[in-house]
Amino acid sequence: MKIHEYQAKKILKDYDIPIPQGDVADTPQQAKEIAKRIGKKVAIKAQIHAGGRGKGGGIKTASSPEEAEKAAREIIGMNLVTHQTGPQGKEVKKVLIEEALDIEKELYLGIVVDRSKDQEQPVIMASAAGGMEIEEVAAKTPEQIIKVGANPVGSFSAYQGRKVGYGLGLDKSLVSKVSRIVEMLLKIFVEKDVSLLEINPLVLTKDGEFFALDAKMNFDDDGLYRQKDLKELRDLSEEEPLEVDASNAGVNYIKLDGNVGCLVNGAGLAMATMDLIKLAGGEPANFLDVGGGASAEGIEKAFRILTSDKNVKAILVNIFGGILRCDRVADGIIEAASKINLTLPMVVRLQGTNVEEGRKLLKESNLKFEVAEGLFEAAQKAVALLD
Amino acid sequence: MSILLDKNSRIVVQGITGGEGSFHTKEAVSFGSKVVAGVTPGKGGVDFDGIPVYNRVIDAVEKEGANASGIYVPAPFAPDAVLEAIEAGIKLIVCMTEGIPALEMVRVKKVLKTTDSYLIGPNCPGITTPDAGKIGFMPNFIHKKGNVGLISRSGTLTYEVINQLTELGVGQSTSIGIGGDPIVGSSFVDLLDLFENDPETDLVIVIGEIGGNAEEEAAQFVKEKMKKPLVGFIAGQTAPPGKRMGHAGAIISGGKGTAAEKMKAWEAVGINVVENPADIGTKVLSVLK
Repeated sequence: MKIHEYQAKKILKDYDIPIPQGDVADTPQQAKEIAKRIGKKVAIKAQIHAGGRGKGGGIKTASSPEEAEKAAREIIGMNLVTHQTGPQGKEVKKVLIEEALDIEKELYLGIVVDRSKDQEQPVIMASAAGGMEIEEVAAKTPEQIIKVGANPVGSFSAYQGRKVGYGLGLDKSLVSKVSRIVEMLLKIFVEKDVSLLEINPLVLTKDGEFFALDAKMNFDDDGLYRQKDLKELRDLSEEEPLEVDASNAGVNYIKLDGNVGCLVNGAGLAMATMDLIKLAGGEPANFLDVGGGASAEGIEKAFRILTSDKNVKAILVNIFGGILRCDRVADGIIEAASKINLTLPMVVRLQGTNVEEGRKLLKESNLKFEVAEGLFEAAQKAVALLD
Repeated sequence: MSILLDKNSRIVVQGITGGEGSFHTKEAVSFGSKVVAGVTPGKGGVDFDGIPVYNRVIDAVEKEGANASGIYVPAPFAPDAVLEAIEAGIKLIVCMTEGIPALEMVRVKKVLKTTDSYLIGPNCPGITTPDAGKIGFMPNFIHKKGNVGLISRSGTLTYEVINQLTELGVGQSTSIGIGGDPIVGSSFVDLLDLFENDPETDLVIVIGEIGGNAEEEAAQFVKEKMKKPLVGFIAGQTAPPGKRMGHAGAIISGGKGTAAEKMKAWEAVGINVVENPADIGTKVLSVLK
């Protein structure tokens, strides 16, 4: 789960990490009032779940409350396109108004769960190249990234702070300050089931203080069951509406740009089915995993979601029946297809337990299906249906 | 022969009285698995289809000689169940549970690494050795005894591949689904090492997917240590970046973890990579010849 910058900064503040003075606004009028309260030069920052906002015109500065109001009017409601939003962009609904700081130095500080075999733990990353994306630094100058494993399991020890502080080339008077920030970030990471935490940049001001100028926090979806407070921070308007419907129905769905919809049980087989559609010369319209169990309700909901994507011109159902019997799946498909009055051409491929009974049911139904046996044959037939 | 699970495996099912635990225990028994005990804290003393149920894993070890465990308990309790099995000295622990927070697995792995126990999963379909038994969800009818080992990050795709093999007359020594989470108990590398040393495995199939660098680590191992031939497939060639594709671990981040990179890494060390998952079985046949 992703949250907005202003929400992430609120969490930082709760853990005593210094952030610039500021507040979030829904309207230009509110922006003006906040700027007035701050009483100095401010930055106006679009709040969307994507990076690269500055280049896209989503961050402006203002020297007066009136200018802040004008900038907010330009940003709120704009469709912001960045390298992370995709070409369709994202509509800006809120702006963060913050005091502008006198910056001496920009640094990068982040924590991520490193999956590599010799780590498998949260790892603190720091770099003197603040403001740059860490992936870019890692690709160009990996030696400039300081990495410290948080062992055991996200606990803090002062050496970690020193490793970061001295590694960044900071004066010893600043090392204890940055160390304190590292300690608090680790605390947040562990207490809130964070999967990625970035302060980029962490700025050092001319008077020797650190501030989190930007903040990004992603949370482990599997940790949300024990993070009740975080659920309120979810902004559904930032997510693809069909994906939200799907997740409410317990179906894993991701919308893509193609026109062959697919319905599959199991995530690996669902990805493989997308790949097969592509290999057969088509483009997958989605990733859809109804789950290993694939109940009749799940299949019906999945069909509704699939068919509400207007780009879908043909459907491929690919089910491997294990514990779940193919005849039951066939029943579910037939029932769902008639209930929602499915008119799109469809290929159904069943394999596994009771496959013969399942295929027979499909053939005898009044609904129009093409039945496929082979894995690749199914994808080829689905692509052929597009013509 | 086989790896990890064999005729000497005596299985305890943690969560045997729950919905999934009870269903899959019956399936496993009908497959021929030796399930010697169940554990459900608070229900010790009852009997499940003739299988004694205990409150603690240690009781199953001491009274029934359990040396392997299958875990079917909900995510909030699963890390504790794994730690209990480790502490009781169980050598093969297979955790099917989906949805365990990554930080909990970090904690479990720290402990696991100090022992000689193998953990398979979590969020996995389990392990099957055709003539000895199974722990987990894999359907009973797909397997056939033989000389091909299989390691996969996926579930139903694994069944698909095993079924493909069996229909072509190619049997399996042991098939293992290692799970779709960012941090799993046993990696490709851990299990490749076992297959390389298993006299009855002649070829290993590896099925990877997008996200993380487990496939790249496997490539390194294959290059340095493996003599047996491998056939590989990577799911998610068409997956977009930044999206979690069902599995918590299947996400392309910062341009890293793509299928193309992983396929290249595998091809570079001589793994027979197929682009089309429908071709895995025939590829295996041609390599074995």
